[in-house]
Amino acid sequence: MLTRRLLTSDWGGTFVLGLLVAMLIAVPIANLVVPPDSPYYLSSYWVALLGKFLTFALLALAIDLIWGYAGILSLGHGAFFGLGGYAMGMYLTRQIGDQGVYGHPVLPDFMVFLSYEELPWFWLGFDMFWFALLMAMLVPGLLALVFGWLAFRSRVSGVYFAIITQALVFALMLAFFRNEMGFGGNNGLTDFKDILGFPVQARETRVALFLASGIAVILGYLACRYIVTSRFGRVLIAVRDAEDRTRFSGYRVDHYKLWVFVFSAVLAGIAGALYVPQVGIINPGEFSPIRSIEAVLWVAVGGRGSLFGAIVGAFAVNGAKTWFTVAYPMFWLFALGALFVLVTLFLPRGIVGLFRRRREGES
Amino acid sequence: MSLAPYRQPIRRDRVFRLLQSEPDFSGTRDGVILYVDDVSVSFDGFKALDHLSLAVDEGELRCIIGPNGAGKTTMMDVITGKTRPDSGAVYFGRDIDLLSLDEYQIARGGIGRKFQKPTVFEALTVLENIELSLASDKGTWKTLFARVDTAQARRIDEVLVTIGMQDLRHRAAGALSHGQKQWLEIGMLLMQNPRVLLVDEPVAGMTGNETERTAELLVSLAGDHTVIVVEHDMAFVRSIARRVTVLHQGTVLAEGSMNQIQADPRVVEVYLGEEE
Repeated sequence: MLTRRLLTSDWGGTFVLGLLVAMLIAVPIANLVVPPDSPYYLSSYWVALLGKFLTFALLALAIDLIWGYAGILSLGHGAFFGLGGYAMGMYLTRQIGDQGVYGHPVLPDFMVFLSYEELPWFWLGFDMFWFALLMAMLVPGLLALVFGWLAFRSRVSGVYFAIITQALVFALMLAFFRNEMGFGGNNGLTDFKDILGFPVQARETRVALFLASGIAVILGYLACRYIVTSRFGRVLIAVRDAEDRTRFSGYRVDHYKLWVFVFSAVLAGIAGALYVPQVGIINPGEFSPIRSIEAVLWVAVGGRGSLFGAIVGAFAVNGAKTWFTVAYPMFWLFALGALFVLVTLFLPRGIVGLFRRRREGES
Repeated sequence: MSLAPYRQPIRRDRVFRLLQSEPDFSGTRDGVILYVDDVSVSFDGFKALDHLSLAVDEGELRCIIGPNGAGKTTMMDVITGKTRPDSGAVYFGRDIDLLSLDEYQIARGGIGRKFQKPTVFEALTVLENIELSLASDKGTWKTLFARVDTAQARRIDEVLVTIGMQDLRHRAAGALSHGQKQWLEIGMLLMQNPRVLLVDEPVAGMTGNETERTAELLVSLAGDHTVIVVEHDMAFVRSIARRVTVLHQGTVLAEGSMNQIQADPRVVEVYLGEEE
């Protein structure tokens, strides 16, 4: 029953999920088991790269859930991604311990450099992994709750909402750039050594992080799919297409928007928390408005309102970006621009729109 | 902006909100289910409603007519909580003050509204449209895990039969004809088990045959429900109306049976004259 609802009623999603599972099996084998001189060997660079793409896919899923289904366009989802990343970065920074340059047992290097006497209160507890993980979900969730409550209660929607989300992420960037904030200023947090006692650079750790990211994407996809196939999901579509009608049918539209916005922010936070140990750094650049816009474009390219399209889009655009920035570094931004113009003109339903027929009466 | 609400922070005729229990939507006062009392609304100086007063009895089928800009849609907006009036009051049932409630509370309390332009959820199927309108707990968590039980399924089938769409249940609502959308929206209202149906231009864009069936449907709904119809189509109004209210420039110009209305020289001048 549930299998049918979540999987087989949507062959495209099931296909993408199958590819993900295949990747989760093949990549660790190709990296850990296959000998380095074999043509099937996959270097740790690729494992980390694909792991990073997976976290982007999770972020794209979070955006598609609110944009594709509820019609809430957030151009500031990098805020939640970044905050989740910072929570994990703080844990990793605390894990450095006395292995830092200054060798201080408690204070991270940048705090010693800025002559902090003791750890600021908001750094307490981040030496515990579970606490950091909890904060990676709680902080983005709470921010989304407060921000969304104010916005949706006042019926801010459409482009106006998109603009204030840009303002939100920009404000966060400016705040985190300040050294006085206590998050390492413009250098951010980096030089990580261990995660849960394992060295972050080790091959096995990278594979484990890759697997964790893949599992997070799969679980995130299934959770989103559960939501959009429930009556709740149909209310979201109703809100997207006819908000007034939904309200006069007795639904509290602001509650629905707020609920899904907070859920989406939590997903983005988890994605950020998985992203940071794989790239080895988190800095205020994650909060730059352009990054958030790019994430929305992954969804647009993949195909809005299908969930799996978001995953496809995140891989396609970031894959192209990786290739371009190596092969033709000068032309990436032109290619990106061209891609978006072409998709908007010729593929309004994204890449998956090519394969997806119009939804027929499933119920 | 009017300062009146701020000058009088505590109204003596009202209990504090937090001391009130959930509003009780049942019952009527002397058979009047909806009472619009001296309501005025203005938009940028334009008086959309000008001291409008109107009382509708329970079970009545009331037609409201009037030229464009007479304030018919604004009146519906006020009743359903979409627009807050500058002054006046709207009462529902025994003693509910509709102006203190939000749209969703008014909808859950038993006032259903059909929009002027038929508004259905086009990306969803007919069945899903009807299901969403089901009178049930509409909180977020309840909806996330909601299932249709047998009684509800029966009710859904009933309404699908009433609006004649039992064979179209899996059709996307966006693929329906204009008239079918009107019917679907009426069906969605019925699912809410409303005590009052506010129906804005139900036969716009319908064929003669569809109009006739709509008239039958609305007449059959009156009695169990209170039906308020805003319509331009005079032939249609004549075919269903028992009591007609004529709005003009935001206020009631005349009220009475269709014959009385047609004989009223003021009405003839502002409205009927244009038509005939």
